[in-house]
Amino acid sequence: MKPEEKRRLMQTACQVRMGVIEATHAARSGHPGGSLSAADLFTYLYFKELNVDPQRPDWEDRDRFVLSKGHTAPGLYSALANRGFFPMEDLKTLRQIGSHLQGHPNMNMTPGVDMSTGSLGQGISAAAGMALMAKHQGKSLRVYALLGDGEIQEGQPWEAFMFAHHYKLDNLCVIIDNNHLQIDGPVEEVMSPYPIPDKLKAFGFEVMEIDGHDFDQMEHAFAKARTVKGAPFAIIMSTVKGKGVSFMEDQASWHGKAPNDEEYAMAMTELKEHLARLEGN
Amino acid sequence: MEERKIATRDSYGAALVQLGTEHPDVVVFDADLSAATKTSMFKKAFPDRHFDCGIAEADMMGAAAGAAAMGMVPFASSFAMFAAGRAFEQVRNSIGYPQLNVKIGATHGGLSVGEDGASHQCCEDFALMRSIPGMVVMCPSDDVEARAAVQAAYEHSGPVYMRFGRLPVPVFHMEESFTFQIGKGEVLLDGSDIAIISTGLMTYEALKAGKWLRQLGIQARVINLCTIKPLDEELILKAARECGKIITCEEHSIIGGLGEAVCSLLSEHLPTPVRRIGVNDEFGHSGPGAALLQEFGLYACHIEEVVKEFLNVSDR
Repeated sequence: MKPEEKRRLMQTACQVRMGVIEATHAARSGHPGGSLSAADLFTYLYFKELNVDPQRPDWEDRDRFVLSKGHTAPGLYSALANRGFFPMEDLKTLRQIGSHLQGHPNMNMTPGVDMSTGSLGQGISAAAGMALMAKHQGKSLRVYALLGDGEIQEGQPWEAFMFAHHYKLDNLCVIIDNNHLQIDGPVEEVMSPYPIPDKLKAFGFEVMEIDGHDFDQMEHAFAKARTVKGAPFAIIMSTVKGKGVSFMEDQASWHGKAPNDEEYAMAMTELKEHLARLEGN
Repeated sequence: MEERKIATRDSYGAALVQLGTEHPDVVVFDADLSAATKTSMFKKAFPDRHFDCGIAEADMMGAAAGAAAMGMVPFASSFAMFAAGRAFEQVRNSIGYPQLNVKIGATHGGLSVGEDGASHQCCEDFALMRSIPGMVVMCPSDDVEARAAVQAAYEHSGPVYMRFGRLPVPVFHMEESFTFQIGKGEVLLDGSDIAIISTGLMTYEALKAGKWLRQLGIQARVINLCTIKPLDEELILKAARECGKIITCEEHSIIGGLGEAVCSLLSEHLPTPVRRIGVNDEFGHSGPGAALLQEFGLYACHIEEVVKEFLNVSDR
């Protein structure tokens, strides 16, 4: 990736993170940790990978994105707002009465949201159904689904993985956000899903492991995903929960807790300084 | 006249084939039960539009939701126990909440499943599906009504749950004159001494009971309610007003089904004495379907007895 493009993506990712902090602070609830671990991915998807049009959120031939780990809606909303699907100001209405930004994604309320999710393990099945129908309809669009590493403790994703392999859904790209933490602690202490790559390979996926905060690796992985025929593709990205806000990083406690006023100010200062450094580069 | 008997699961299969012929957007999902749910008929006619999900009902509901999100009209099928029971939360969150246009065709509802026993005799599906906002819940009474219900489900925009049976049941509707509308009940027999409101295979029994009661001078109004949700409130309130006593009949737990739906309506708008005939708060067991219906008190003779007790009519 060209340095200029990468720098732009990094700037955007920083703005996406600021949106997450703004939204969860205003809501006084929500899930910043996993929103931040996936912020670089949300940015990459909506600013480079996905064939979408903010002016036509319901365009039939668009690529689809299903946020199976629906609790990280603030990250998705911030990416959508930054991409122009709806005004940035809306982020501050997160989780409030009258807002189109529900605590978990609602496809009928928020422009750009392709599937209502939130109950873990369910989004991936819908994504696989979409991919199957896209093939049936002869559409060349692609379907992307993001799951958490804790989420795959549910049984349903494995049913869906079997389905994706059985129907040779090479238009489906599954991304696992391996941020290593869930509500009760480290995933391997709560209920180990490891080894994730081996399991997905055994389920018939082509698998790539990347650093989920490295845009070069992301570009490489998503390009590879497009070349694979006859099998679904999985990108397992190692990430840091809370990435970009130092006091939130690698802390399970920031899974589902909003920053208070003081923490908000600290987080925004850090992100603004980071953005300034990127812009001054 | 010799009764013609057809299981409504067969009607479902036939209706799907008809829909598939007319509408290319119809796709069918099944969970390794296509031979039993009769979606195999659709599979044979349209192999490229039938998708087996294996024994994975939760995933099937999600995949059907995804298909609906892509503009198709998916029919997702399994036994009622697994469609409404096992996959309840998937139906609630992936289909009901987003109001996706998925049609759930659940076969093998109720005790009449028979020999498979209680693990497969779903008597809770109306209760579960009724509780989901926006979900249409239907339980057709015979072949004619079942095929019409499937057609209506296709034409309806939004999620629909349909329950079909395994046991062959008499066909009593006249195809030529039959009209069907979701949410509308039909008066099969008029009368004002008592109203018998029934759904599914018990409607034929209610009709039979109604005819017997005539011979005793009791004019029972027999109402068939294929659609349990939305409830035909107007028809029920009229019956309550004109008949004063109501009996409900369903091959379902008396908890949460048609009986409670009717009671809820009446208690708020027109308190009326009601007797609920259904499966009491207990599990079934293995045996021939018809024998179980007899044992659990779901036949015309039982309805007749309840009517007589309710109206304080002494025995002949």
